[in-house]
Amino acid sequence: MTTHTVAVPTPIPVRIPVRQILPYAIFTGILSLIALYFVGAEQGALAVFDGTTVHELVHDARHLLGFPCH
Amino acid sequence: MPLTDTVTTEQQNTLTVRSLLVWGLLAGLVGGLLAFGFASAFGEPSVDAAISIEESGGAHEHSHGDAGQAHDHGTAAEEPAEEEPVSRAFQATGGLGIGAVAYGLGLGGLFSLAFAFAYGRLGSLSPRASAVTVAGLAYVGVVLVPFLKYPANPPAVGNGATIGERTGLFFGMIAISLVALVLAVVAARALSRRWGGWWSTLAGGAGYLVVVGVAAALLPAINEVPTGFPPSVLWEFRTASLGTSAVLYAGIGVAFAALLHRGLTRGRTL
Ligand SMILES: [Zn+2]
Repeated sequence: MTTHTVAVPTPIPVRIPVRQILPYAIFTGILSLIALYFVGAEQGALAVFDGTTVHELVHDARHLLGFPCH
Repeated sequence: MPLTDTVTTEQQNTLTVRSLLVWGLLAGLVGGLLAFGFASAFGEPSVDAAISIEESGGAHEHSHGDAGQAHDHGTAAEEPAEEEPVSRAFQATGGLGIGAVAYGLGLGGLFSLAFAFAYGRLGSLSPRASAVTVAGLAYVGVVLVPFLKYPANPPAVGNGATIGERTGLFFGMIAISLVALVLAVVAARALSRRWGGWWSTLAGGAGYLVVVGVAAALLPAINEVPTGFPPSVLWEFRTASLGTSAVLYAGIGVAFAALLHRGLTRGRTL
C-alpha cells in the first residue's frame, strides 16, 4: 500500500450531479447563447433589432470568428 | 483511504456549479482579450486588405452596411455612400474588442457548463487536464471541423443574397459536429469498461470522424470567392481566423484550469 501511495497533490475529480447542474445550465446557457448570437449572427441572416449597428459594431469579430457575415 | 475521503468531502464543499460559472466567465474574459490581441495583430491586416479590394470594385456589389436582407433604413436606404453607423477605424479596434470579449464571455459560460457535465466523467483525467480536454474537444468540434467544410470568409467574399442559406448550413454543420462529438465521448466512456480507455477512445474518435465525414460529403459546398480575389489574402485571413479561435479556446481552457486548480487546492495543506 505504502509503495503506491505517493501523496498526490492533484485533487480527484468528483462528479457534480446532473440535477444540480440543470437549473444553471438552462439559465446561463440561454444568456450565453444570446451573447454568441449577437456577435455571430444578429442583423445578418436573422435580426432582432432593425438597422445594422450591431452587425457593424461586431463586424470584424464576426468575420474572424468564422461566421458568415454578409 | 482516509486521504481519499478528505479530498472528496473538501471538493464537494468547494466545487459548486456557481463557482464553475464564475470561473468560466473570468476565463472567457481572459480568452476574449487574448483573442482580441491575436485578431488585431494577425487578422486585421487581411480584413483591411479584403475591404480595400471590395471598395476598389474588384468583387461583386456589396455595400458593407447591408446585411443581405431588407432592413428598414428609412430615408438613407437609397444613398449608396451611407453614413456608416460604426466607423471602419472603430470596427477594427473597439468593435473587434467588444465582439471578441462578448463572445468570450458567452463561450466561457457555456464552457463552464460543459465542464460541469464532463468533470469526473472523463475517466482518470485530473481536474486541470479535464478542463483543457473539454476546451480542446470543443475547439475541434465547434471550430475546426465545421471550418474545414465551411471556412471563414473575409469581407468581399460572399454573396449577400445567400446569407440565410450559408448561415443555416454553417450552424447545421456545427450542430452535427457537436452532437456527434458528445455522442462519441459518451460512447467512448461507456465502452471503456469493456475495451479499456485506449480502444474506446479510438473508437469514439473514429465514429466521430465517420459521422462528420459523411455530413461534410452530403452537405452542399459553398464557394463564393470572387474570381481574382488574391489567394494569399484568403489564406492569411483563414489561418488568422482559425488562430483567433484557437487562442480563444486555449485561453479559456488554460485560464479555467488555473482558476479551478486554485479553487480546489485553496486551504489545503499540501
Ligand atoms: Zn462583413
